[in-house]
This record gives sequence, C-alpha cells and structure tokens, in this order.
Amino acid sequence: MTHLPYIVAAYALAVLVPAAYGLAAMRRLRLARSRLAALDPRPARREARR
Amino acid sequence: MTAESSASPGGFEMAPGAAMFRSVDALSSLAAPVPPKAPGRGLHRFANPGRFLRLAGALQPWLTAGGLILTAAGLVWGLVFAPADWQQGDAVRIMYVHVPAAWLASAGYLALAVCSVLSLVWRHPLADLAAAEIGPVGAAFTGICLATGSLWGKPMWGAWWVWDARLTSVLVLFFLYLGHIALIRAFDDPTRGYRAGAILALVGVVNLPIIKFSVDWWNTLHQPATISLTGAPSMYLGMLWPLALTALGYTLVFAALVTARTRAAVMERRIRALLMAAAAREDGAVQVAA
Repeated sequence: MTHLPYIVAAYALAVLVPAAYGLAAMRRLRLARSRLAALDPRPARREARR
Repeated sequence: MTAESSASPGGFEMAPGAAMFRSVDALSSLAAPVPPKAPGRGLHRFANPGRFLRLAGALQPWLTAGGLILTAAGLVWGLVFAPADWQQGDAVRIMYVHVPAAWLASAGYLALAVCSVLSLVWRHPLADLAAAEIGPVGAAFTGICLATGSLWGKPMWGAWWVWDARLTSVLVLFFLYLGHIALIRAFDDPTRGYRAGAILALVGVVNLPIIKFSVDWWNTLHQPATISLTGAPSMYLGMLWPLALTALGYTLVFAALVTARTRAAVMERRIRALLMAAAAREDGAVQVAA
C-alpha cells in the first residue's frame, strides 16, 4: 500500500478524536446524573420504579 | 395536590424551595404552561428539560450504535476493499475520513447558526445549551478535516499546507468555532455569553458559501466537488458507497456526541439551580435566626 504512514495517521486521528470526545461525554453524563440523583433523588427514584 | 401540580413542568418533581428554583432556572420558567395560541409553542415544547431528557435518552443508543456501525463499516470498506486511485494510489483512502469530516465541519456550523436563530428570535433556552455543546464537537471535526487534509496534501501536493482558498476558508471556520467557544464562556452572566456567541455564529455563516464555492470562484489546488445534489456523481460507485457510509456514520456520531453533551449540560444546569436554591434557603434561615 502506497503512502501508508499518511493513511494510518489520518485514520487514527479520525477514530481517536471522536472516541475521546465520546468517552469524555459519557463520563460527564454519568457524573451529572449521579450528582443530580444525590441532590434531588426523587426523579431517580421515579425512574427506578418504571 | 394533583400529579400535575406536584411535578415541575420539566418532568422533574419539585424539590424543596421550588419557588427559588424557578427564579434561577430559565429552563423551568420557559417550560411553564403557555396559552394555546402563544407564538413558538411548538418549539418551546422542547424547552421542557424533562421532555428533552426523555426524548434524547431514547434517541441516544440508536444514534450511538448506528454511528459506530456505519462508521466502522465505511472505514473498513474504504481502507481495505475500495480500489486505489489510478493517479493518487492508496492516498485516496484518506478521502473516506477527510470528506465526511469536512461535511460535518460545515453542517455543524449550520446547526450552530440554527440554534443561534432559535436563541435570538425565540429565546429558546435549550438552543443556547445545544449551541454551546455543538461548538467543541464542530471544532474537533474541523480539526480532523484540516489535519487529514494536510496528511493528504503532503504526498499529493508536496506540501503540508498551502494558502489555498478552500483551505484558508476552512481554517477561518475553525477559528470561528474557537471564537464561539471562547466567547460564550467569557462572561460572568451566561445569558450574555450565549447572546454574544449567537451573534458571532450568525456573522460567521457568511463563511459557509465561501467554503462551498471557493473552488469555483478562485483558482485553487483543491479539487472541485465531485458530488452534487443536482447532478450525477463523477466518482466510481465502489468509492462512493464507502464514502456515503462513512459520511452517514460520522453524522450520527456527531449527533450522538452533541446529544450526550447537551443532556449533561441540562443536568448540570439543574444541579446549579438546586445548589443555588439550597444556598438561598440557608441564607434565609441564618437571617431569620439572627
């Protein structure tokens, strides 16, 4: 395959950057959900009852 | 007390100190019941944080799974099974990541501008939050577009960068994203930051047609568009399919990222409001005791 280092670098960027954003978003969402449940547990309890 | 009155309009049950909570949380106040013929009623249905969180929570797994599957399929197809170009060789495979990232860089900015209109015209509070979350994701995809373009340009043009009209206008788009991110965080009052960011986003929209038509208006190293909405694509179908798959997958990934970040932002705003309400209650108790 010609130009392999350029291709590998481009694909790595295209996969790793969105993956890093995805992991950060998941972590932020989980943290927000747990903090919200600690402050106001009623919506969490209501969701758990469903 | 009825079930309707015991729950907040946002689908959350009222916390103690709900009156204070309403005064500090714009989302809750805008989500209050409106007269049937009030303008913007349809749009403001989605200003209801509880409804938004339920809808977004239901959509999130589909967006994520669809985005991951389509992107993976498109990237593997483009990297392994699609043919090499007769002129560029295998370097053409960079197209399968560069072009979708470029499309999303522009589409993301268009979404930012739509959110800005919703914010400025209808004062839609979720539009502010969505715009704040689209900015970093759009900047990331614009960064991917610029970096992969550079990685494609070096073996094909012999240079990492040229001050070509297309490249320069996309670089301006990247700076517009960065400016928007910085501007909405530059004020102590978030509302002022959102307004300033919305105005910047609308001013920057003029750059989108410049990006699109730069290859037609000026002599550029960058090739003109090979795919248009009106004409048949001038591209071999064995290359077009993986490109379409990756573009669709990347679009779903972009939407999933923005949705997840906006859900987190809605919850964080709720957390801030609850903390402020609790602090106000404590202040009130101290004053009564004194």
